[in-house]
Formats: sequence, structure tokens, C-alpha cells
Amino acid sequence: MIVAESPILALEQCTVRFGGLTAVSELDLQIGGHELLGLIGPNGAGKTTVFNLITGVYPPAAGRVRFRGHPIHGLPPHAIAARGIARTFQNIRLFKSLSVFDNVRAAFHPPLFQGMASAWWRGREFYAEDARVSAQVREVLGLFELDKLAGTLAGELSYGDQRRLEIVRALATRPQLLLLDEPAAGMNPAEKARLMKWIQFIKDKHQTAVLLVDHDMQVIMGICERIVVLDYGVKIAEGTPAEVRRHPRVIEAYLGEDHVGD
Amino acid sequence: MKIGPKSGLALALAAAVGGSFLTPRLDAYFLNILIDVGVNIILAVSLNLINGYAGQFSLGHAGFMAVGAYTAAGLSTLVSANLLARFHGFEHSCWAFGCFLLALLAGGLLAALTGFLVGAPSLRLKGDYLAIVTLGFGEIIRVLLQNFESLGGARGLSGIPPWATFGWVYGWVAIVIFTVLALVHSTSGRGFLAVRDDEIAAQAVGINTTQYKVSAFVIGAFFAGIAGGLYAHSKQFISPEGFGFMKSVEIVVMVILGGMGNTAGVILAAVVLTLLPEVLRPVAAYRMILYSLLLIVMMLTCPRGLFTALGERAKGWLARPKNGGPP
Amino acid sequence: MAAFLQQLINGVSLGAIYALCALGYTMVYGVLQFINFAHGDVFMVGAFAGYYCAPLAAKLFQPQSALGAVMVLLTSMTVCAALGVLIEKLAYRPLRDHPKLTVLITAIGVSLFLEFAGQKFFQADPKPFPELLPHAQYNPMPNLVISSDQLIVMGVSVLLLAGLHFIVRHTKLGTAMRAVAFNPQAAALVGINLDRIISFTFALGSALAAAAGILYAMNYPAIDPLMGVMPGLKAFVAAVLGGIGNLPGAALGGLIIGVVETFVGGTAWSAYRDAIAFAILIVILLVKPAGLLGRTEVEKV
Ligand SMILES: Nc1ncnc2c1ncn2[C@@H]1O[C@H](COP(=O)(O)OP(=O)(O)OP(=O)(O)O)[C@@H](O)[C@H]1O
Ligand SMILES: [Mg+2]
Repeated sequence: MIVAESPILALEQCTVRFGGLTAVSELDLQIGGHELLGLIGPNGAGKTTVFNLITGVYPPAAGRVRFRGHPIHGLPPHAIAARGIARTFQNIRLFKSLSVFDNVRAAFHPPLFQGMASAWWRGREFYAEDARVSAQVREVLGLFELDKLAGTLAGELSYGDQRRLEIVRALATRPQLLLLDEPAAGMNPAEKARLMKWIQFIKDKHQTAVLLVDHDMQVIMGICERIVVLDYGVKIAEGTPAEVRRHPRVIEAYLGEDHVGD
Repeated sequence: MKIGPKSGLALALAAAVGGSFLTPRLDAYFLNILIDVGVNIILAVSLNLINGYAGQFSLGHAGFMAVGAYTAAGLSTLVSANLLARFHGFEHSCWAFGCFLLALLAGGLLAALTGFLVGAPSLRLKGDYLAIVTLGFGEIIRVLLQNFESLGGARGLSGIPPWATFGWVYGWVAIVIFTVLALVHSTSGRGFLAVRDDEIAAQAVGINTTQYKVSAFVIGAFFAGIAGGLYAHSKQFISPEGFGFMKSVEIVVMVILGGMGNTAGVILAAVVLTLLPEVLRPVAAYRMILYSLLLIVMMLTCPRGLFTALGERAKGWLARPKNGGPP
Repeated sequence: MAAFLQQLINGVSLGAIYALCALGYTMVYGVLQFINFAHGDVFMVGAFAGYYCAPLAAKLFQPQSALGAVMVLLTSMTVCAALGVLIEKLAYRPLRDHPKLTVLITAIGVSLFLEFAGQKFFQADPKPFPELLPHAQYNPMPNLVISSDQLIVMGVSVLLLAGLHFIVRHTKLGTAMRAVAFNPQAAALVGINLDRIISFTFALGSALAAAAGILYAMNYPAIDPLMGVMPGLKAFVAAVLGGIGNLPGAALGGLIIGVVETFVGGTAWSAYRDAIAFAILIVILLVKPAGLLGRTEVEKV
């Protein structure tokens, strides 16, 4: 088993419960500093819950989460985001009434009081800063071919573009770890191919570790270096795509879903 | 040549001060309405920051107004009663000017502090729950004032010096409009809208949603307090009843009718809704019935706000720097 | 001890009225997720319907007869049920798919309309409410007085609550109502007529408000077109306090507000009486944001 030598993120014995339901159970998980890790499992396995646990949306009932060696469990989501973890959502969550441009711009927000004071004063440095942020927003939009849509309201984008915008917005926070929750859902094969290219690009060019959840095995098997399999909140397998594909517990969990391994 | 936002503010302030030299010639009734319109604009635009831009439904704006009104009026009656007697011509000296400014600011700051005390704990609540808690705070403030005998209690406070001239009111109108637009049209200000659209996503990009919500509340409350001070110094009489739930509703209606998060629309709505009862004066007996019917009809026919479309045009003006730059 | 019991009884009979009114808020919230601000004014209309019906009832039956009182109550409940259905049809239904805030403002418009129309047509000055039943007082122990009106308030409230419980739990319409409250889309899918259920909810809630209005007028016998504002707000607070959307919660919330308010009214703090309901509400919501009996829902992300 390849375990990254210096994990950027480590879950230690993490448990999340909803009332009587244990959605994630004593999970250990490590992600290397420049790793692209896949997280798969049947519906309801607890993948999204792992994301919510890492990003502080649901605090763990037990266990600890370390990011770059520091414990982050119990921190509010915005503080975790500020430390360098960004994510997308399975049910897309864009700022619907804002333009594509402003969606990404929100990721560049300065500290509130300083930002408000400068916005109110509207001095030279405000406009300089504004221009700088605008240029950065345009640059990252351009990388993902969204620059033409900059003025469109996010709520009016096509589904595929919305997914893409979510990734761009997450990336704009300049994370060290990016969590993608089913980014390929609803995409056609051509879009999926482009998506895979982008994820590779993010990982290589931006030196970002990526944790990828998807039901599309072609995407997962195609780009992940290592895969963790969850079932009923429990880790049932871990290894390279080839190892995971042959793992009897995985085959059992996915029984009937014959696309594993293709 | 384009007018930058700061020069726009300066021009507006100058116009307000200039205007107050002309207004003494106006009919008192007309001037009174003008001042009411201005006060309502300040209230509606500041509430729009809370309700419209930051998406926090507050039904307690009149409470903040009351805090500002009573603080400013209490201070200025105290000062003018003591100084007026001592030295002649105080009314028209620049001392009166300074006193009024300080009294207004004190009212605004105390209202802002109240906004913080109300907002910090209650902004965990959402939607209707937040609405009812803010309503509750508004009512509590009203009942406290009713029992505050040194400020007149339920009888109200009278003899407030008539310092709120056209210039004062419209100067503050210019300041509140500038402030709200300047904040909202900036990178950090977009955070208010992000919080409104999706709190969880906003947190995921590192926005401290609580800080944003409380800030919107505090800034909104500050201007409501200023509006209260101006109101007190134009009417020269205030009573707790004037700052009840109905007043909060009136301001909320302006915001909704103008279109949430649409400052131009909200200003227009404030003007129209302040004038409406006056226009309906000839049918005095039925005017409030008509007012409420019109409100229902307007909501049914233009649920997104009467002035949303009109306001789109004014957008972007403040986002633009003086000499071109990125659009 | 007697003083305590006295306050308790006064509080419970006031609380029962709040409870009846709170149920209307909570039922509407249950099916439509919106605050029907006009509910307090339906309460007022209920009292006025009783006011105008009472002389008629006195003529038909004997003055101050039980039958007459029942007729007044039922007429007023019917009038308000119709009013509630009408309000929903005209003002709320066209906005059903719009943001809740829009509907809330429309509801405020309806509330203002009822108040101003009431001031125009019923006149603004308070009117004495006719005595529907002879007064009697009982002295079960020294310093403890229970009036017949209080007994009637409690009796009628218990009857109405039992009736409501039966309707909601054991009739088809009631079951459909709960289904709509639980999941409107699913309810529509299994063939429940949403419009009908919503009308029914408004009818039921408004009838209860009318009953509350009559009971209130019997105990505080001066009625005016703004009489619904404060009780309406407090009943609403009661509904939120109990956990809005939750029927037993509304009843419980009403009782709590009524009792606490009465006890505070008997102390040196009586001037702050009107603020008490809100203070309780704020404290409870800050500790338990979903209300006393409401379920805290974790937002799914
Ligand atoms: N907020 C919540 N409240 C109650 N139960 C929840 C909540 N969030 C998730 N669950 C439950 O936890 C379990 C795991 O859900 P989760 O969304 O993490 O699964 P998943 O692996 O992401 O599934 P999918 O592939 O369908 O997205 C499920 O049984 C789900 O119903
Ligand atoms: Mg999921």
C-alpha cells in the first residue's frame, strides 16, 4: 500500500453520526501533499459526509482531523477554508444571483474590516487592488474557458458550466487541498475528458492535493493514483486502482453495479 | 467626463447644503414631507443592506431608530436647555451645529451598539425565526422606553430643538446611499451577497458569515439611529408608540417593494410610499384602506419589487473607477 | 397559595386563548411555511362577528342563554373560516411559488387592510362586548375567585383542542393535512389536492381564531379594530416558542406565554408585561433554536 510519506491531511478514527445513524465510522484516511486520491463507495456510503467532516460542516462525534499537522476539527468552516482546504458540492451551491465573475471574486475577499474601510474610502489603493483582483479572476476564469461567461448570472449557466464554475471558485481560494464531490455528474463523455485533463492540470500546475469523489469509474480509475473505498461509513479497501478493482470486498459492495473495473 | 463616486458624494453633500438655503422659502407642509421622505430613504436604504444585500430578515429597524432618536434628542434637549439660557444666539452658532452632529453620531453609535447586541446572538437564527426575534427586540426597546420616565416615558419627549433642516437630512441621505453602494460594489462587499445566496458555500470560500451578518446589522442600525435623530429634530416630539412594530413594517415594505438589494428601487419606493398617504389625502376616510389594498395589489402584480427593472440601470456606476478601467 | 392559584388560573385562561390563536399560525406554517400575519386580525373579526350576531341570538333564543352563546360562537367561527379561505384564495394563492417574504408582505397588507377597514366600518372606539352568558363567581377557597367566564374559556378551549386533535389525527382531511405538511410534493404525487387542503387549513385555523376572539371578548369585554394586534403577536410568539409547525407546541407555547405574562403582571414589573412574551421567546430561541418541541434539522449539504 502506498501511503504518502508526509500526509497533508489525516483523519484519525473519525466518526460522524446523525441521530442513530452512523454515517462515518472510525475512519482513518491520509492524503499526501501532492496526491490525487479517489474516494468511492455505493450511494449513502458516507463520501459526502467525509467532505463535510473535513471542511467543518459537521463536526466529528469522535476522532481528529489534522491538516498539515495541525488539528482542525472543531474549527468553523470558514476558518478551515482559510487554512487552505477548498471544496465543491454534490448539489451545486453557487451564488446564484451573482455573476460568474463575482462568484469567483468572492474567493478573493480581503479581511472584512480592512476591505470595508478601503471600499468606503475608495482611494487609489482601492482601485489598484480592485484591478489586481479583477485580473486574477479573469486569469483563472480563462484557464477554465469561462471568461466569455464572466457577466452571466451563475443561476443561468448550464449544468456543466455550473459544475465547472464551482471548481474554479474553489481553486480561486488557492487551496492546498481540493475536495471535489462528483464533479463529473451529469457531464457528457467529451466534458468528462476535459474535466480529467483539468483535474490533472490543477494537481500538477497548482501543486494541489486532490480528493475526488465520483461514481464514474472511468474518471476515478483514469486519474487517481490511489483509491479508498467506503461502504456504510467504513473503509473496506484502499490501494491502487488495479488493487481496488480486484478487491473481493469492493466487488461485493458494488455487486450488481457491474461498471466497477471497466 | 465621468463622475467618480467620491466626487458624486461631495456634489450631493454640496447640493444638500445649498438646498437648505432655499428651503426656508418653501411651504412648511411641503418641507415637512420632503424631510419625511429623506428620513424614510435613510431608513429604507440602511435596512436594504441588512434585508436586501445580506439577506437577513429584520423586523426591528424601528427599534434602532428609537435608540438613535432618544439618544440624540435626550442629549440635544439637555444641551440646548442649559446653553440656550446662558449665551445668546446659541441657536445659530456653529456650536449648535457641532452639538447636533455629536448628538446624531452618539445616537447612531448607540443604535449600532444595540445592533451588535441584538445581532451577535440572534443571527444564528434564520428566516422567520430571525424576523420574529428582531421584532421582539424592537418591541422590548419600545416597552423599555415607555417606562423610561426621565425621557418622557409613555407621554413622549417634547421640546426637541428643530435642528434637522433639509441640508442635514439630505446630507445624510447622500452619505447612507454612498456608504451602502460603496460597500456592496467591492470585493469584500460582494461577500454580503454571497452570504445571502448561500451561506454554506460562502463559508467554503473562507467568508466568515457571522462577521458579515453582524457587520450588516451594525451598519444598518447605525444609519437607522441617525435617521431617528433626524426624525426627532424635525418633529420636535417623539414617543415610543411612533417606533413600534408598524414603523418597522413600513420600512420593510419599502425595501420589498423597491426590490431587495436594489438601492435605486428602494429609494424610489421610500419616496412613493411616503407620498402615497399624502396623495390619498382627498379621500381621507379611505386612504389607509386604499394604502393597504395598493400594497396587496403591488405585491400580487410585481412580486420582485416594483422598481427592480428601473434600478438595473443605475447598477455598476459605483463599480467603475474614475477613468475607465475594467468594466 | 391562594394568590398563586389565582394567578395561575388567570394565566391559564389567558394562555388558552393564545393557544387557540397560535394553532392557526402553526397550522398554516405547517402546510405553507409562511407566517400568516393577518391571523391576529381574523381574531378581531371573530370578536366583531360575535358582537353583531349577539343581539340576533338574543332575539332568537333567550338573552344570555346557552344556545344563544353557542350560536354566536358557531356563527363567528363560520364567518371567519370563510374569511380565512377567501384571504388565502385572493391574496396568498397567486404567490404560492414566490419567495416566502413576498407572501409575508402580502399578509401584512391583508392585516393592515382588515385593521383599517375595521376602523372605518366598525368605528375605531372600543365597544362593550355583550354579555353572552350570565356571570357567576365561585369561591373554592378564601381569596380565590374563579369566574364563570374563565371556566368557559377553559372548557371551550379543551373542547376545541380535542376536536382539532380528532380532525388532524382521525379524519381523511386531517391525515392529508399532515401529509402536505410533511412533504407537499409527495402528497401531491399521491393525489392529494393541495389547494383543497390549504383551504381547509385556513378554514380550521381561522375558525379557531374566531373562537379565541369571542372568548377573549368575553373576558376583556371591550373590543376595537386593533384588538387583534397584540394577542396576534403573542400567539405567534407562542407558536414559535413551541416550535412552529408543531401543534402541541403551539398549545404549550400559548399556555406558557399566558401564565408568565399574568404572573409578571402581578409584580412590580407589570409595566413590562408586553415585553415579557418577547423576552421569553428570545431566551428560548437562543438556547433551542427550533423551539420547545420543534425538531432541530441539520441542513443537508
Ligand atoms: N444532514 C444529514 N442528516 C441526516 N442524515 C444524513 C445527513 N447527511 C447525510 N446523511 C446520511 O448519511 C449517510 C451517508 O450520506 P452521504 O451523503 O455521505 O453519502 P454519499 O456516499 O455521499 O452518497 P451519494 O453517493 O449518494 O452521494 C446516508 O445514509 C445519508 O442519508
Ligand atoms: Mg454524496
